[in-house]
Amino acid sequence: MTSPNPPAKRSFASRFDGEKILLALAAPVLAVLLSVAICSVLLAVSGKDPFDAFDVMIRYGTASDGQVLTLNRATVYYIAGCAAAFGFRMNLFNIGVEGQYRLGVLFAAYIGSQVDLPSFIQIPLLLVTAMLVGGLWASIAGVLKVYRGVSEVISTIMLNAIATAVVGLLLIPGRFAPAKSANANAIQTAPVSESSHFFSIETAGGTLWGFIFVAILIGVLFQFTLTRTRFGFDLRATGRSETAAKASGVNVKRMVLTSMAVSGAIAGLIGIPELLQSSFYFGQSIQLNLGFIGISVALLGRNSPIGIAFSALLFAFLDVSGTQLPLHGDYPQEIVLVMQGTIVICVVVAYELVRRYGLKRQQQKVGAELAAQAAAAANKEVAA
Amino acid sequence: MRRSLKLAAVVLSGSLGIASLAACGAKSTDNNTSSGSSSGASSVKVGMAYDIGGRGDQSFNDSAARGLDQAKDQLGVQVTEAEAKTGEAEADKEARLKSLVSAGYNPVIAVGFVYQAAVEKVAKENPNVKFAIIDSASDTQPSNVTSLTFSEQEGSYLAGVAAASKSKAKHIGFIGGVQSELIKKFEAGYKAGAKSVDPNIVIETTYLTTPPDFSGFNDPGKGKEAAQGQLDKGADVIYSAAGSSGNGSIEAVASKGKWAIGVDSDQANQPALSKYKANILTSMVKNVNVAVFDYIKAYKDGNPLTGVKNFDLKAEGVSLAQTGGFLKDIQPKLDAATQAITSGATKIPTTPEN
Repeated sequence: MTSPNPPAKRSFASRFDGEKILLALAAPVLAVLLSVAICSVLLAVSGKDPFDAFDVMIRYGTASDGQVLTLNRATVYYIAGCAAAFGFRMNLFNIGVEGQYRLGVLFAAYIGSQVDLPSFIQIPLLLVTAMLVGGLWASIAGVLKVYRGVSEVISTIMLNAIATAVVGLLLIPGRFAPAKSANANAIQTAPVSESSHFFSIETAGGTLWGFIFVAILIGVLFQFTLTRTRFGFDLRATGRSETAAKASGVNVKRMVLTSMAVSGAIAGLIGIPELLQSSFYFGQSIQLNLGFIGISVALLGRNSPIGIAFSALLFAFLDVSGTQLPLHGDYPQEIVLVMQGTIVICVVVAYELVRRYGLKRQQQKVGAELAAQAAAAANKEVAA
Repeated sequence: MRRSLKLAAVVLSGSLGIASLAACGAKSTDNNTSSGSSSGASSVKVGMAYDIGGRGDQSFNDSAARGLDQAKDQLGVQVTEAEAKTGEAEADKEARLKSLVSAGYNPVIAVGFVYQAAVEKVAKENPNVKFAIIDSASDTQPSNVTSLTFSEQEGSYLAGVAAASKSKAKHIGFIGGVQSELIKKFEAGYKAGAKSVDPNIVIETTYLTTPPDFSGFNDPGKGKEAAQGQLDKGADVIYSAAGSSGNGSIEAVASKGKWAIGVDSDQANQPALSKYKANILTSMVKNVNVAVFDYIKAYKDGNPLTGVKNFDLKAEGVSLAQTGGFLKDIQPKLDAATQAITSGATKIPTTPEN
């Protein structure tokens, strides 16, 4: 082989690595900067001082209570991001995370209010319930796709609407809600038993949810499954090219069924931190739209467990600090939604731009290397 | 290549973690608390947290806002307002109330039953601050929380009487924003009132969303669609208790030339809806403004309202709007019904019969 001398190779490799990191970070950073710029213009046009608005957000985000809130919120967003990303890695667009987690948390809340076992059985029981319900609900879409060829995008969107109706049907007095509610004008399940409460850490800035460790565990398992198991390899292979995967002996049908179920099972856990750490019942305190936030978070994080962690933190920071905007200078908090939206659009564009740029750089480098080799060969011939 | 990516990520996350540790000592509320308590003596600072829709919903929140504006003008109190956004987390509500408290606002008024849990929690942490919550009461709320509730079923009963009397097709409709216990009180009263006029009347019922999805209070598109459906079925008077979603149903009803019944504010007089006022029969006005003003006034006078304060038909907490004068011909009927309710002769159910 025409191998260059070893030291030269190493320096080339390290240089290439540095550039790769830069390229990988360039896209999200570019997207965030662009969306900050767009929001600044919007704020300025509506007659507000953008720098002051960002200052309000950053001041809250760097205070300890703001940070604890951000971490708690990021815990939830991270799980939501992982649920969406697991399907995305296989080119399965699970838009139904929303319905899956609502049903999962509703059933967990109901079981938690009816059963009172010691914590070490009770908490796993509730987690398994939520995962099972979420997984089964997602499996409906999986089965429809495999046996009837229904696009999972369509079926999961429709299942979201059905899930909403199912929640409305179950959450009435005498079914999942107690016949006589403590709160006169709201409907909710009875609180879960004391033994269901998940541990938390008291800090100077408030209560940090212990569920953050479960979220980290999910991320580690996600990464391990994808990179270190045969299932993960099959999953990525199917995601890249279904036909190629099929040709090399992957049972694509089974892959679709399992990944849909796993995605739904993770989705089932999204509402659990709120249930077991904060409100302890299913009712108006359960946040909506987490499924869709999860899709955005997964997109921004490029479906990688580490990337999702960053995007979850960013989205959590924006949401948490956004609530402070109207209280300090009458800024519209909707600006946060605009920012999140533009980040998602910008990041898609930025990834594509950076990918093309990277490809061009690579081609140039390979071209330069080939040219150098050709020149060296020509020199040798001349010398000979 | 992958390894270096991971390394970069670890370094980044590490630095983020250190940054958060470094800031751990200071809370966002630390520098505010002292300034808040010192200025509290001279004038009352009222913090108002609206439900989704906020100021400008032409309905429930606007009614509360009128009370606040009145207090600002007549009592000279300082005010700050914030509103909830659709699909926000419980922690956002708590953070909003906490920020108001730490900025020195006392009393803090939460508009809407969605705030119940957050108010209870923040009130327990701040026993020296007074809270008011509109439309909600719970057995577990601490004594510094005052509930301001309304007898919506009584006003809705009158709306039902008016609807049944004005319906030519003997077919009326009800649109609820969110299928919650609160809105069921509207439905129950409306149906009871309509049936008192005509026991055989046909009543359509549509709820836009079910909890925990509260977008039904803030989605005129859904309201319009639901009203369209009821009109197609043949209803000719439609009562919507759905916050700003009702704007959509009023629009749909007006375009067909049928009767709409508004809610919470006198909607025929709301700037954004006055173009439909020829088709707004009346509105079931919930005088949240009266409750808000009374509460602030009592606080300022030094004897704050406590416990659960209910505003019923007798106390003029609820009433039918007269704008347009469309009710004149059936006024005797309405007066008789009002008389029967205030004297206690007619008891109105708070949950729908079927």
